[in-house]
Amino acid sequence: MIENNALLEVDKLTKIYTSGLIRPTKVVGAKEVSFKINKGEILALVGESGSGKTTVANMILRLIQPTSGLIYFNGKDINTIRLREYYKLVQVIFQDPYGSFNYFYKVDRVLNKAIEFRYGKISKSKKLNLIENAFKEIGINTEEVLGRYPYQISGGQLQRFLLARTLIIRPKLLIADEPTSMIDASSRASILNLLEFIRKEEGFSVLFITHDIGQAQYLSDRVLVMKKGLVVERGQTKDVFLHPTHPYTKNLLDSVPSLYRQWELD
Amino acid sequence: MTNLKKNPSQTSNVVLAIDDLKGYYKGTFGVVFAVDGVSFKVNKGEIVGISGESGCGKTTLAELISGTYVPVLHYEGGTIMIEDCNICEIDEETLRKDVCCTTLAYVPQASMNSLNPVKKIKNFIFDVMTERTGAKPDKPKVLKFVINHFETLGLDETVLERYPHELSGGMKQRTIIAISTLWNPILLIIDEPTSALDVTTQKLLIQMLLNLKKKGIIGTIIFISHDIPTLRQICDRCIIMYAGRIVEDGNMEDIINSPLHPYTKGLVSSIVSFNPDGSPESDLGSIPGQPPDLRFPPSGCRFHPRCPESMPICKTEHPPFFEPINKGHPVSCWLYK
Repeated sequence: MIENNALLEVDKLTKIYTSGLIRPTKVVGAKEVSFKINKGEILALVGESGSGKTTVANMILRLIQPTSGLIYFNGKDINTIRLREYYKLVQVIFQDPYGSFNYFYKVDRVLNKAIEFRYGKISKSKKLNLIENAFKEIGINTEEVLGRYPYQISGGQLQRFLLARTLIIRPKLLIADEPTSMIDASSRASILNLLEFIRKEEGFSVLFITHDIGQAQYLSDRVLVMKKGLVVERGQTKDVFLHPTHPYTKNLLDSVPSLYRQWELD
Repeated sequence: MTNLKKNPSQTSNVVLAIDDLKGYYKGTFGVVFAVDGVSFKVNKGEIVGISGESGCGKTTLAELISGTYVPVLHYEGGTIMIEDCNICEIDEETLRKDVCCTTLAYVPQASMNSLNPVKKIKNFIFDVMTERTGAKPDKPKVLKFVINHFETLGLDETVLERYPHELSGGMKQRTIIAISTLWNPILLIIDEPTSALDVTTQKLLIQMLLNLKKKGIIGTIIFISHDIPTLRQICDRCIIMYAGRIVEDGNMEDIINSPLHPYTKGLVSSIVSFNPDGSPESDLGSIPGQPPDLRFPPSGCRFHPRCPESMPICKTEHPPFFEPINKGHPVSCWLYK
């Protein structure tokens, strides 16, 4: 039923948030969202705040239960996969790198836990070897981060550190939820280049969630544009961004401040 | 403003003149040299953007100019002339009563949170009016004036009857700007107004700022943002700061198309920007390393540890501003000596 090269398939995913007991109010988080991510593909999910991008990501990550709809990973319904196994296949980098660390522990602990999770109990020298290999690939200097606390390291460095953690776990799919929003412009490009590098070298698929059209254009192969929980436009990145068809996409693209043009404001 | 010192030698075209301004944070953490010897002038009618990475001193500079310091920030020298008054020499109360809002309006970052959550916008404005004039405002008259002001800015008057929580982020931000420009200040300093907003709301806000200028409510704007593509839409001139100092100061177009300072070059090449007519450039650059800890700023040029074109002199001496021939804008780098 599912093509060979589709890694993840999302089928009519809907999430309705309800609040209140007597007169419940409903908010549509995502409505009948369907898409596929192929192997080794970077799919961008763009939209303004509140458009349901993160809701979709959280459902794929099984952090929230969808109201209806199914998600298949390699053709298997993800609810039939054990959670521990599932997280070996799907990993995430969140918006705020500081939020992924416990401030009372040194950053090394995150890597040690990741190694234990992936490889079980292994010797210290093997662990160090794995860490060094991952760091080499990402381009982090081992002495600069190991043995430190999260608040002693800059955001860009921590985000890179989290990418190194993903390399240790070696998932099939990486969800990057606004990975550059807390990072300075001068190191933002390096994170994007790393995502591209990981995709090329390791063959990861990446679901790249962003509100920054420029980043989506730079990085992705295909793009989905979301508005209020609905996917309004989808297609190859260059088609969507150069020849948008939906009025919302047109309006969105017109409003993006760009280095290459100046708005015609009356 | 009778008690303010007048300086007749100032030319009338310069709205803001800053000379060798220094502001340090002092506390148990040590001394942070956040703004260290900044000088520039802003002419009447200009929209000037100030940009740089976080921690480069943009906001500290704005706080110094507006006189709204946090307690650990200390003024350490230099002059700030707004038209013909040196605001470093006047006391805080005069500054607040006579200068802020009427001469200078400062809209800080996240200022939309300063709306009173338990008051309607209209009552909030009455409060501000009372504080400013020292007397109870004539409500119907003030309301008429405010509605008029809001309408020129393209804001709906129903906003006045609402509470802050009923407004969206972009609406709150625009309301705050409208309130802070009620007294037609000469200079508006606005700090990161767009960073928390969606692109479509950003556009509305920028439209409104341009409107303010066109209608003559504000003459001069200083727009602080880390987002250079946004600055490009509105600014005539752009000042790039790095580690508490200005590194380059030029026309917006020149900064983007022909940056001179190695830092500006790196910064501009690392911008990921949407290109409406084609694929984005493939060679995105990034600057290795991190901005310095400003408690222990590097000697000489503060950019030299990260600079790809660093020379021996950069390590020892701070570069003054050079103006390379044919390039036409000042840059603080020994390469252009």
